Amino acid sequence: MDADFIAQILFSAIKTGTPLLFIALGEVICEKSGVLNLGQEGMMLMGAVVGFLAAYSTGNMAFGVLAAMAMGCVMSLIFGVLVLHLGANQVATGLALTIFGTGLSAFVGSDFVGKTIQGFNPIPIPYLSSIPYLGKILFEHDLLVYLSFIMTVLIMYVANKTRLGLTLKAVGENPNAANAIGIKVLRVRYLAIMFGGAMTGIAGAYMSLVYTPMWAENMTAGRGWIALALVVFASWRVGRIMLGAYLFGLASIMHLVLQGFGWTISTNLLAMLPYVATVFVMVIISADKFKEKLLAPRSLGKPFDPRHMA
Amino acid sequence: MMRIQARTQPSQLMTLVSPLLAIALTLIFGCILFSALDKNPIEALHVLLIAPLSDGYNVGEMLVKMCPLLLCAVGLSLCYRANMWNIGAEGQLLAGALGGSAVALAFGDSTSALALPLTLLAGVASGIAWSAVPTYLKLRFNSNLILTTIMFNYIAFYLLVWAVNGPLRDPDGYGFPESAMFSDQTMLPILVAGTRIHLGILLSLLSAVVAWFILSKTHLGFQVRVFGSDEPAATYAGFSSKKLSWFVMLLAGALAGLAGVCEVTGPIGQLVPNVSPGYGYSAIIVAYLGRLHPLGAIIAAIFLAVLYMGGDLAQIQMNIPTAVVGMFQGVLLFFLLACDFFIRNRLVFTHQATA
Repeated sequence: MDADFIAQILFSAIKTGTPLLFIALGEVICEKSGVLNLGQEGMMLMGAVVGFLAAYSTGNMAFGVLAAMAMGCVMSLIFGVLVLHLGANQVATGLALTIFGTGLSAFVGSDFVGKTIQGFNPIPIPYLSSIPYLGKILFEHDLLVYLSFIMTVLIMYVANKTRLGLTLKAVGENPNAANAIGIKVLRVRYLAIMFGGAMTGIAGAYMSLVYTPMWAENMTAGRGWIALALVVFASWRVGRIMLGAYLFGLASIMHLVLQGFGWTISTNLLAMLPYVATVFVMVIISADKFKEKLLAPRSLGKPFDPRHMA
Repeated sequence: MMRIQARTQPSQLMTLVSPLLAIALTLIFGCILFSALDKNPIEALHVLLIAPLSDGYNVGEMLVKMCPLLLCAVGLSLCYRANMWNIGAEGQLLAGALGGSAVALAFGDSTSALALPLTLLAGVASGIAWSAVPTYLKLRFNSNLILTTIMFNYIAFYLLVWAVNGPLRDPDGYGFPESAMFSDQTMLPILVAGTRIHLGILLSLLSAVVAWFILSKTHLGFQVRVFGSDEPAATYAGFSSKKLSWFVMLLAGALAGLAGVCEVTGPIGQLVPNVSPGYGYSAIIVAYLGRLHPLGAIIAAIFLAVLYMGGDLAQIQMNIPTAVVGMFQGVLLFFLLACDFFIRNRLVFTHQATA
């Protein structure tokens, strides 16, 4: 174990944690507005397949990412109409979105399994990447990882320091009060849901354009669900989401770490690690019932019907 | 003019009409999709929905697919009625398949009469264990049941893949990730010669009837129903939420575990990595389509089983990817959730002149 090896591991943890970060950043905005979208896995798969198809057929990576974002938005809109306008149960609708996305992505992508593309190239940032160790860990990534850095800072700023962030919070904490002071609750929620969809679309594109880069059925392997746990783990705080995403990234590449120590454990057993870690985390953070109630957006998962307002 | 008005009482009629409406809308969606793909929509729907029921053998195969769907859906129906969001049927099914297989393989070529009962029991016990842990974590540590049960699905899958690559791999299997074939002693008896209709199918139908009996005729079932419709009333009546949660979760685990062990000792005959094409997830749709009613689940399970069969046939006969089935399932659930809007609301026609 030398410093270069540790730097390499941390570099990989960031790479692996990035799709989780994108989803969790989108979902935290969605949840702050009071909507729980459990359809992340389905939206992510759709983002992955559409991003791959678009990039494969045009040869343009950026176009692939944009297509994936658009797909995520469309998927989240279906969810939005069902839960916001038709009053459908958010949990059931989210599950439906995941089942639908899993099936549709397999259907759309069936002709593209096994095809490969060049993918995004890493772009070392001048000067910063030559900082010893830190440069290797943080500044020799691809464009999407840098985008995730920027988005984290941006969302942190918007959520905590701007009027928009306050509006979002008002809608999520007390939609009736927000409605009373003239905030269009459903409009805010639609926008929050679509923002979440677009971010999850990018996460999908990251999987099929950067991480693998190829398309395979169910390639996201539960990352959408893990990201949902991550939001709870981070108590809806943006900074902690970033930290958590990289910790989960680290758990996913534990086999590399253990190989570094010279241990050999079945890869199938090690593949369980991120899921086991998620269960552990869920237990630890939720054990304090009072604390979780205090931190969660108060109207999370509850429908809001403006017709019931006098 | 039309406008939407909230109903004072949920509509009983719409509760039953909604699934039929959703199926009809899904079929219309299918016609449009197949037309867009340059496939004859009538022919495609025929292959998807009618061909699976065209002869005795196909009906048998359909029933083979119905069995795991129904077993899982009956358990889930009770869970959802008690507000326990168990998404873990898939993992409990895989755990049942794994536990059952371990015992079946341990019996080897033994002709003991206990071989099959103990194999089934091991499957059921594994399913129970796999649902007990998330239930305990939820009740003791307040952890999110949806997320933990889903994580347990993935954990069960990798455990199964590990087992067929490790301790349970067939030593004479040329390194394929599969177990040895089970001996006849540990296989479920075939009920109709010339088909694959096995004892598990009978058990699945029986489980639906028993669950219906518990739900509608016993005090325990009454508690579950009250809990689902009016939690404060249930708490006020002194019903123990913990006890009910344990009951529905362990029952669901047992049934899903039984589904898993019936797959490996029935149609498959050995442990393979792809025991289930997502039966545990499809069972969620079955449960909703069957209106969270055990007997409704029978009809819904048959419908989804037909769709699964039809998907296989459509792949062979019309070169339509099997994945179309998963998509149809999602669309169906969307339409169902949308149609359920009219259980709580109705369209009112108002005359402009009088307005």
